[in-house]
Amino acid sequence: MARITAGIGSSHVPAIGAALDGGRSTHPDWAPIFAGYEWTREWVAAQKPDVIILVYNDHASAFSLDVVPTFALGCADSFAPADEGWGPRRVPVVQGHSKLAWHIATQVVLDEFDLTIMNEMNVDHGLTVPLSLVLGQPAEWPVKVIPLAVNVIQYPTPTANRCFRLGEAIARAVKSFPEDLNVQVWGTGGMSHQLSGERAGLINREWDTRFLDLLTADPDILRTMSHEEYIREAGSEGMELIMWLTMRGALGPHIRELYRFYHVPASNTAVGNVVLTPED
Amino acid sequence: MEYAVSMDQHRTAFEDIPGTYVFTGERAIEGRHLNRFCMSLMSAGNRARFKANERAYLDEWQMSESQKQAVMKRDFKALLEQGGNIFFVLKIAAVDGRPTQSVAASFAGQSAEEYAAMMRSGGRNPVGLRSISGRF
Repeated sequence: MARITAGIGSSHVPAIGAALDGGRSTHPDWAPIFAGYEWTREWVAAQKPDVIILVYNDHASAFSLDVVPTFALGCADSFAPADEGWGPRRVPVVQGHSKLAWHIATQVVLDEFDLTIMNEMNVDHGLTVPLSLVLGQPAEWPVKVIPLAVNVIQYPTPTANRCFRLGEAIARAVKSFPEDLNVQVWGTGGMSHQLSGERAGLINREWDTRFLDLLTADPDILRTMSHEEYIREAGSEGMELIMWLTMRGALGPHIRELYRFYHVPASNTAVGNVVLTPED
Repeated sequence: MEYAVSMDQHRTAFEDIPGTYVFTGERAIEGRHLNRFCMSLMSAGNRARFKANERAYLDEWQMSESQKQAVMKRDFKALLEQGGNIFFVLKIAAVDGRPTQSVAASFAGQSAEEYAAMMRSGGRNPVGLRSISGRF
């Protein structure tokens, strides 16, 4: 039986990928971030997950505004790094897990979550930067990845609660997959940041800290927060944090926080990383 | 659940947040062709044609004159005011090799250096910048 053994929350700032790819990871702007992920890196290496369900958003790379799926599940065998305007990141091609992905698609659609199924999709920094932060720079990624792209760019975006409940449905689907697989769910994006308008550069350390506390202690508060509250407190791009709730929803009611890291800034953004495990 | 239920309620709530663009359906309608033009810059061939003659390339798109002027002036604030989506208009900056931070700085009228220094010292404090009506 497949089982969800952990959830990881992580920012996915593109400049972190650029720093790593450009050999600047020891520069004083970036060294604290890579150091902050060391615990998670070692822990995940020891856990040896078979599959990561990686919840992220595309940033006008695979999706233009011609088609805007609210939730799009990557069912392909592989996903190439996207060219985001300056050439694709030189990271390994992401290997999918078609069988598990199709099983999840089937189960959650029957469970009344109407996903878009992606049989061909490039993946941008939203997906590859968390992989780099946690898995380093291997020649091949040591784990299969099922991308779950969430629309957080074009309103109406899904509610925080819908994201959470999709995570619960994914957990039910994974549990009914017959193969013995160690599955992790990663929620990515955030934390507080805003790239445009006079509030550009907004960082809300106090609110981010509360978000991290509530993620373990009382996620109901986070899942019932309105879009406007996320934007008001965490910035227009801080809305990405609703994707952490899909991860949280997949872990079940009782969890333990094993690790937390928070750092300001990575370029325009507050970086957060948590490692959570279900307790039953 | 207390979610804003209509487009109007959503808009009112979003407009109460100062200095912030939320990319609603209304903005998508206004920016449709502007954002399509931006997406076209994902191809190297189109980037080369745009660089060779910006005006001629822009005239291939059904954009307003004011949107075209904002592109040529690299006025990112004007682009967002006219329906541009931040992740799409950033593709114009990528053509110029200009970092995202420098674009972000331009919205607040800061130099890239001032903005970077602000970020290093903890970012822009949200106090007083959350709600126009609530003044908090």
